[in-house]
Amino acid sequence: MDAFAPLATFALYGLMLGILATAVVTVTVRNLFHAAIFLAFTLLGVAILYFFLHADFIAAIQILLYVGAIMTLVIFAIMLTSRMSDPSVPQSNRQRIPALVVTGIVGVFLILAILKTPWIVSGTLQTTNAVALGKALMGQFVLPFEVISLVLLVALIGAIVTARSDQ
Amino acid sequence: MQQIDQIFVNAKHAILDLASGFLPEWVVIVISILVSVTAIAIFGPVTMMYLTLLERKAIGRIQNRYGPNRVGKWGLLQPIADGIKMLTKEDIVPQSADKFAHFLAPVVIVIPALLIFAVIPFGRGMTAVDLSIGLLFFLALSSTTTIWIFVAAWGSRNKFSLLGGMRSVAQMISYEIPMVLSVVPVLLVVGSFSTVSIVDAQAGGNWFIFTPWGIVGFLLFFLTGVAEVNRTPFDLPEGESEIVAGFHTEYSGMKFALFYMAEFMSAFTISAIVATAYLGGWQGPWLPSWLWLMIKAYFLILVMMWFRGTFPRFRVDQLMGFAWKFLLPLALLNIFAAGVWIELDAPINYLVAGAIVAVSIVILYWANKPDMPKKRTYRYAYE
Repeated sequence: MDAFAPLATFALYGLMLGILATAVVTVTVRNLFHAAIFLAFTLLGVAILYFFLHADFIAAIQILLYVGAIMTLVIFAIMLTSRMSDPSVPQSNRQRIPALVVTGIVGVFLILAILKTPWIVSGTLQTTNAVALGKALMGQFVLPFEVISLVLLVALIGAIVTARSDQ
Repeated sequence: MQQIDQIFVNAKHAILDLASGFLPEWVVIVISILVSVTAIAIFGPVTMMYLTLLERKAIGRIQNRYGPNRVGKWGLLQPIADGIKMLTKEDIVPQSADKFAHFLAPVVIVIPALLIFAVIPFGRGMTAVDLSIGLLFFLALSSTTTIWIFVAAWGSRNKFSLLGGMRSVAQMISYEIPMVLSVVPVLLVVGSFSTVSIVDAQAGGNWFIFTPWGIVGFLLFFLTGVAEVNRTPFDLPEGESEIVAGFHTEYSGMKFALFYMAEFMSAFTISAIVATAYLGGWQGPWLPSWLWLMIKAYFLILVMMWFRGTFPRFRVDQLMGFAWKFLLPLALLNIFAAGVWIELDAPINYLVAGAIVAVSIVILYWANKPDMPKKRTYRYAYE
């Protein structure tokens, strides 16, 4: 399989470049609907990246939740936006200077944090399978898991109450 | 017998043996990948072509007519004639359409439909890729088609298209939840997502459909699957009598054919996956393994066609009510029944799980009874 090593590296960098390119297009394209389509491609690319890293389960969940569910929600939200593909709508507003400062500070700290973190590469490949994940969720992390499910239940009931027609 | 069972596997090995004689090892690996890919890339579209013919023939028989019978013997060349017609048709793009979205949707929608073929175990040792997440891979990919249907609907800039697209999204979001939950019992029992291990777990006639939770799970998975591929009685997104053709109203020629192709290939893959999960996949006596899977898959496809020839279309509120008030609670209770079935011993567990399933179906049926208006009593003036 050694003959494939350079090919795999090449494909990996190509994939990363593709993810970055679609991400850039997502934030720069004028048409909001096109932005959503490119966001879907970005998320798909990240899923393929997970496949590359042998994290199959996370990859499938990424597609199922982000591409399948959340993108549908995003597209629904966009559909309710008026003037979504009007080129005369400016892409920036008067708060661009403060926004730049804030995002700049956050970016600098993020980069500093990334540089300071020692990225330990373990010698053996840790296979995180669904069984281990399920046991961890139901054992070690049972409290956060239950709290999240409670939050979701509250959100569900809230949505029903809000959407219910008044009698 | 063994020969016929492994005929396709042996054919691939013969090609590889021939190649490894004079080619370096990495080329042989590439050829090995290409053989599987080519087989799937041909099998998918050919299946779709002949499914259209089968559907027209079957529906024709149901409606007391012949169906296509002019092109070739029994109309066998009809799909090819249709293909040529589709290719030579004018490609019309509406003037005010979103050109990018209108072009992209039919092209991308075929990819997930074709990729799902990779995890179907067609026979003993005949799975293209034995992914450790096989079933989840299928669920994930089939959920992505929603976006492209909606992109097509939006890109057409047509009211009927948009209505169809919105119906499609609402339907798929609703039916995806019971669909995912309906395969959970299988995963509980097998303890793996891999389609190959699911089939192996059903060896020796122990098909999951022969258990109480298996019958319910099979029906749930099959019905939600029919809903996922937008077939009758769940074909609201393209209801001809209401919204022209729904999301593909503005498509012509090959772009329309691509939508059609994605739909029929999904109909085949869903049947094959349902057969894998609940009907024992390629397990079966006497006949070769790949023939068994085909028989089971085509049986389910014929049931789908039978549905189409028999059932009227759901109303939107019936569609939503069926998914949220009946299928979803039943899927959850079925998981419970499967858990009980695993924990208890052999003869008792069938009884207990069967009782749970039967009671929950009766209760859900009773709770879902439509409100009948009270019978009016008339009081006449002359009495």
